[in-house]
Amino acid sequence: MKSIILMTGARLLLVLMLVFSVFMLLRGHNEPGGGFIGGLIGATAFIVQAIAAGAADARRVLRVSPEALAVVGLGIALASGLWAGVFAEPPFTGQWYWVGGDSYETSAFSLNTVLVFDVGVYLVVLGSVLSLALSLEEEV
Amino acid sequence: MAGTPGRRSDLYTLSGALPVLIAAALFAWFLGMAPAVAGGEVLRWAIPWVPSLDISVSFLIDGLSLSFALLITGIGALVLLYSAAYLDGHEHFSRFTLYLTLFMLSMLGLVVADNMITLFVFWELTTITSYLLIGFSHAAPDSRRSALQALLVTAAGGLALLAGMILLGVAAGSFELSEIRAMDEPFTEHAMYLPVLILFLLGAFTKSAQFPFHFWLPNAMAAPTPVSAYLHSATMVKGGVYLLARMHPTLGATDVWTWTLILFGGFTAVFAMVMAVRQTDLKQALAYTTLMALGTLTLFLAAPVGYAITGMMTFLIVHSLYKAGMFLVVGIIDHETGTRDARLLGGLARAMPATTLAAALIGLSMAGLPPFVGFIGKEILYAGGLEMPGAMLVLGAALTANILLFATAGIVAFKPFWRPAGGELPKSPHEGPWPMLAGPLILAALGLGFGLMPVFIAEPLVAPGVEAVLGREGTVAELTLWHGVNLPLILSLVTFAGGLLVYLAHQRIRAMLAAAEARALDFDAGWDRFLDGLKAVAGWQTRILQSGYLTSYLMWIFATMSVTLLVTIGLRGGIDRVPVFPMLDVTHWIVIALVIAGSAVAVFSISRIAAIAGLGVVGIAVALIFVLYGAPDVAITQLLVEMLIVVLFAVAALHLPLLPREGFRKLHALVAVVVGGLTTALLMMASDGPIDRRLTDYFEIASWPEAFGRNIVNVILVDFRALDTFGEIAVVVIAALGAYALLKGAPDKEES
Amino acid sequence: MEPVLAIVVGILMTAAVYLMLSGNMLRFLFGLILISNAANLVMFTGGRLTTGAPALIPYGADSPAGDVANALPQALVLTAIVIGFGLLAFALVLVFRAYQSLGTLEADRMRVAEPEEESK
Repeated sequence: MKSIILMTGARLLLVLMLVFSVFMLLRGHNEPGGGFIGGLIGATAFIVQAIAAGAADARRVLRVSPEALAVVGLGIALASGLWAGVFAEPPFTGQWYWVGGDSYETSAFSLNTVLVFDVGVYLVVLGSVLSLALSLEEEV
Repeated sequence: MAGTPGRRSDLYTLSGALPVLIAAALFAWFLGMAPAVAGGEVLRWAIPWVPSLDISVSFLIDGLSLSFALLITGIGALVLLYSAAYLDGHEHFSRFTLYLTLFMLSMLGLVVADNMITLFVFWELTTITSYLLIGFSHAAPDSRRSALQALLVTAAGGLALLAGMILLGVAAGSFELSEIRAMDEPFTEHAMYLPVLILFLLGAFTKSAQFPFHFWLPNAMAAPTPVSAYLHSATMVKGGVYLLARMHPTLGATDVWTWTLILFGGFTAVFAMVMAVRQTDLKQALAYTTLMALGTLTLFLAAPVGYAITGMMTFLIVHSLYKAGMFLVVGIIDHETGTRDARLLGGLARAMPATTLAAALIGLSMAGLPPFVGFIGKEILYAGGLEMPGAMLVLGAALTANILLFATAGIVAFKPFWRPAGGELPKSPHEGPWPMLAGPLILAALGLGFGLMPVFIAEPLVAPGVEAVLGREGTVAELTLWHGVNLPLILSLVTFAGGLLVYLAHQRIRAMLAAAEARALDFDAGWDRFLDGLKAVAGWQTRILQSGYLTSYLMWIFATMSVTLLVTIGLRGGIDRVPVFPMLDVTHWIVIALVIAGSAVAVFSISRIAAIAGLGVVGIAVALIFVLYGAPDVAITQLLVEMLIVVLFAVAALHLPLLPREGFRKLHALVAVVVGGLTTALLMMASDGPIDRRLTDYFEIASWPEAFGRNIVNVILVDFRALDTFGEIAVVVIAALGAYALLKGAPDKEES
Repeated sequence: MEPVLAIVVGILMTAAVYLMLSGNMLRFLFGLILISNAANLVMFTGGRLTTGAPALIPYGADSPAGDVANALPQALVLTAIVIGFGLLAFALVLVFRAYQSLGTLEADRMRVAEPEEESK
């Protein structure tokens, strides 16, 4: 049941939802959101695409395999955790780097391993859920 | 084996030479500590392991540890050297030396550990490595059975020991043995004393093969002879004795301790010697004399008397020297003649002069004749026995055991060499290679040397050892060959006379014993019956619990859960207050109505889509609950997941068959209502009491200043508890990859 | 409010257990969904309920203003939901594949791993 309206709408929706998912991911540290929620929204975006235009189309839009995405996400999360080990701190201790200042108040923005970890979570959830949904869609 | 031309001996390979060098180096290292320890110093070294549980890896060297460590490394080096020739050319030679080296290091860890948990870990490592060593000839069913038997008996004792250690550690407030020993109040007054004592004794008695756990030790002779020489004479079985000696200051000096050790040790000693004379296999005979030695050591650990403990320490060293040597001699005989049968062997003195010399010296020490160290050991035991409670009992046991030991020494060390052979030997005897002779000769020389100059073991080993067992007040008896004419000397003379008589009559005694044994209780067969029974019970309960029906599995699980909940609720006194139900406003009623309606549809509908929709409704209702009570993150996640579940099920379920119509299942409904009701009751009780908010409070305070995040839930997930989250996302990846493999990698996909 | 939620959890548990005890694997999966919901609610309720105050720290403040919802169980529940989803999806795929291979959804007729004993 492929409908033109749904297909066109889905493509638009995909872009909007992906942007929204990244927005949810990034604001997660201070307001409701985060990697889990962002990843789920991102996965939903592609699933809508798959419902509208088929799993093959969703895979084409995604470009990389969702399994690879999940494993890379896990690797990123692990790396962010092990980074603390470089400074002889226990693994998964957050490391913060201030850009344009030396504390939260004075700096323009910060680079931190905590956000990197959340990006890992985002990719894991996105990849895993998509892998499940797309392969189920294809195999039944 | 060794004679293959052009082949390099295994001794000169890495796996042959390295272990010997390691053992020798360790021996030298420990020897270097001897002056300090002889001076009364106690060396301690510790690093924290699990600080939150007061567990550290700590080692302590005092006289007792050092004596054991020197025996372990010294005899270990000789045995490893010996094995290189004994097993030369064996296809698993490297594996053997690896096992033996691992065993040596485990045993070493056991005797120098100060923390009880560290001690336990090494204790179990010796059990496991000895299992591998006893079962080394894994192709032989006998060997496998003996290995498993030794493993099960000693590991069961190990579990008892662990329980005892935890009990002691909690009761005394420390897991460091040195701290427990240094406590002001004696632990023997503690309410937990008796349980702790029983558990420790179970551990020690199984390890040191005290009656009625003795049966595994003779069976363990299935191992290659160097293993028997090492594990079952000098080291592993002495682990139990070491433990008793180590715990003596903490658990000893009570009536229960004294009499338990006297009875079990004494009985084991006498029983073992009777069995030893009965054996025709030289190795089996030696195995039983080892049992006797263990019994004797246990016996003399019974009393906090300086003489008795001096006797124990001396006999410990003496026995290790002559028993390891004797085993090695038997190994040479076996290796060069092809048999260990005492009835066949004879006339070896001419063909094997060096072995004969070693055997003679070791045998004389074993028989307790002057001027060998065995004589000193025996004398001091008699002297100690006189001062112990139940002196007559102790002396009687020691005397009987020593008479029979004298006779056994004759059977093993004299008869095969000097008496005519009893029959045709499988191989024509010739001298063993030098690596095999080195061990027995050195041990024999030490037996003589220490006998003439007992001060070399008295000062660095025995005296500090006695001090370690008894504390400062311990009076150490002097070690010397000549004490003057006194009762111990008379007892020694009685021993020699009796031993000679038994030796001369041993063939007749053996026949009598064989007849008696046939009617006696057979512990080995009892062990088999015990195992059969265990397997039968396991089979029976498996048939009941694991019927292969999913419904029955779940019934068991839910029934267990119900009983557990019911008992817990009952023990906590039930629900003592009627819960306060607040006025519900309309949102609450909507949520409750959605849950009930959704669940009901899911339960009763036979339409797949309707059921899935019902589940979706429940999911949304749960999300509403999260919204109502300040959990926006959770609510969003719940909504998204609920949506995905509906999508996945809608995709898959439509390709599955229709739901079958089913009648009302009364029994299942009853179980369901009970589980549901108990969950409600439990949750009411749980949320009625006070709540521990320490963690939450910490997170609320630290979230912004320390982790720079305003969403506390997210900060917990990605910062405070990031390691947990990492584990969880790893699970998600595994689930996804597993499903992917199931769907894409199915072998019969093409068929469908 | 906790007692009311305790009753809601009880209802969910009852329905879940009844569904799981059905021999039909699809119904079993439905039960699995409900029992995860029930478990999540147990955790959430066990941390006590606070109406309408999310665990957020206002801008300009160092700690939450007044009493806010208990953040710890929320974090636990959040990951539990995602893991529960992973488990459920895996179980769904497993049931689906089992049906493809064995041609049945009745658990008691899936006897490849544990065949009927011969005496029966």
